Amino acid sequence: MTRVIKYVFYDILRTRFILFYTLFLLVCTFMLFQVDSDFGKVVLSLMNIVLMAVPLISVVFTTIHFFNSYEFIELMLAQPINRRSIFLSEYLAVASSLCLAFCIGVGLPFVIYGAWQPIASLLLTGVFLTLVFVSLAFFASVLTRDKAKAIGIALLFWFYFSLIYDGILLWVVYSFNDYPLEKLTLALIAFNPVDLARIIMLLQLDISALMGYTGAFYKNFFGSSMGILFSGVLLTTWALWPMGIAMRIFNKKDL
Amino acid sequence: MISIENICKNFGQLAALDQISLELTTGKSYALIGPNGSGKTTLIKSILGLVIPTSGAILFDNKSIFNNWRYREKIGYMPQIGRYPDNIRIGQLIDMMKNIRKDTPKVDEDLIDAFKLYKMYDKPLHTLSGGTRQKVSASLAFLFHAPVLILDEPTAGLDPVSAEILKEKIHHEKRMGKLVIITSHILSDLDELTSELVYMFEGKIQYNNTIDALKDETNETKLNKAIATLIRQKELLASVIE
Repeated sequence: MTRVIKYVFYDILRTRFILFYTLFLLVCTFMLFQVDSDFGKVVLSLMNIVLMAVPLISVVFTTIHFFNSYEFIELMLAQPINRRSIFLSEYLAVASSLCLAFCIGVGLPFVIYGAWQPIASLLLTGVFLTLVFVSLAFFASVLTRDKAKAIGIALLFWFYFSLIYDGILLWVVYSFNDYPLEKLTLALIAFNPVDLARIIMLLQLDISALMGYTGAFYKNFFGSSMGILFSGVLLTTWALWPMGIAMRIFNKKDL
Repeated sequence: MISIENICKNFGQLAALDQISLELTTGKSYALIGPNGSGKTTLIKSILGLVIPTSGAILFDNKSIFNNWRYREKIGYMPQIGRYPDNIRIGQLIDMMKNIRKDTPKVDEDLIDAFKLYKMYDKPLHTLSGGTRQKVSASLAFLFHAPVLILDEPTAGLDPVSAEILKEKIHHEKRMGKLVIITSHILSDLDELTSELVYMFEGKIQYNNTIDALKDETNETKLNKAIATLIRQKELLASVIE
């Protein structure tokens, strides 16, 4: 399996996309540090980029990579290699290179500016979001043979979790605001990895008070180490289930 | 060595393979023929595990190939259309395959030498012509001394000299007692290279015997004439039944 991973890595590095992604994140983060000297505000602005751009780039890159390496996968499948290890090699190589790019691109400026305190939670949520959306993109890729269709499905996942879901959530909260909704919204948030990531970030930044009563409720719940653990477990589940289903489909796929 | 038991494969409405049963034994060489779209490539891909049959079983050395991958160590496969990563070079591709199949200590580079591929090691694969691509596919199929060789239209697109080199190599491997399966539309090649005939039509096996037996049955001396007679007989039979 390590031999296959090596070649997938090699292939990813050759396209230079990961390099541009790292540069893009580096430039963004450095610029934000230049504009504002308050680390809290930098993290807040960066969070908005991370929540939108990281999932988008993860899904697009993963689907394009999967279809570009179709020939390689076909070639490997005719060799004495387990299908599962081919799939896992692809997943691990793509996910780890995107995570590495993110950690360098965002982490390096923080280290240079000496902002150690918020770095851990920012990197952690970024890495989690990358893993979740790479999984979803693999799921979209194995569903169809058509590259355009797969990218469409993957983008739909991004669109849904970044925009549509929040709209629905807002609508629910607005329509039923006569009822006690804390527990319900808490449960609904568990169904959206982007929201989970956002809430972890906001609570770490200590601006949850700005979110009013619900914010205080979340602080109460998420702020405790139990809350962090809970959301961490949920995000892990979000990374694992699409990958698991994708692997099952891939194991039975005709090539 | 390979036994195929009642496999079916449906692509949506289309039945690509319909209740195929076939016994392939070591030391024999099989010609797999049939019109375009008769299911030859699907059958080959099923043996390789690239296509998963809807029902039925395939046994390799008496072990089911489903959820099993080790048996592919014993297969050298030359695809009909060799599709390789675009931006890789020939030398890198061959090194990669050797590296991935490290468990095979000795490699057979006869074809690489005969096709003079080492002269083109720096060429990226997407710049290759169809024929050169075929040469690369052939070299890879023979590289690991596999006891089973599955060649999907091996000589299509090769120039006469290279086709002769490849046929000579197939002959050589056959004499070493390997199981060889060849699909081709060039029947004169098959006449030289193979001894058994499997004729497929619309996903079913219509004929499965030795080539000599077919020639006797049809009173022909050449395989292409014999096949033509066989098809005519089948058509006649079908029209009589209707």
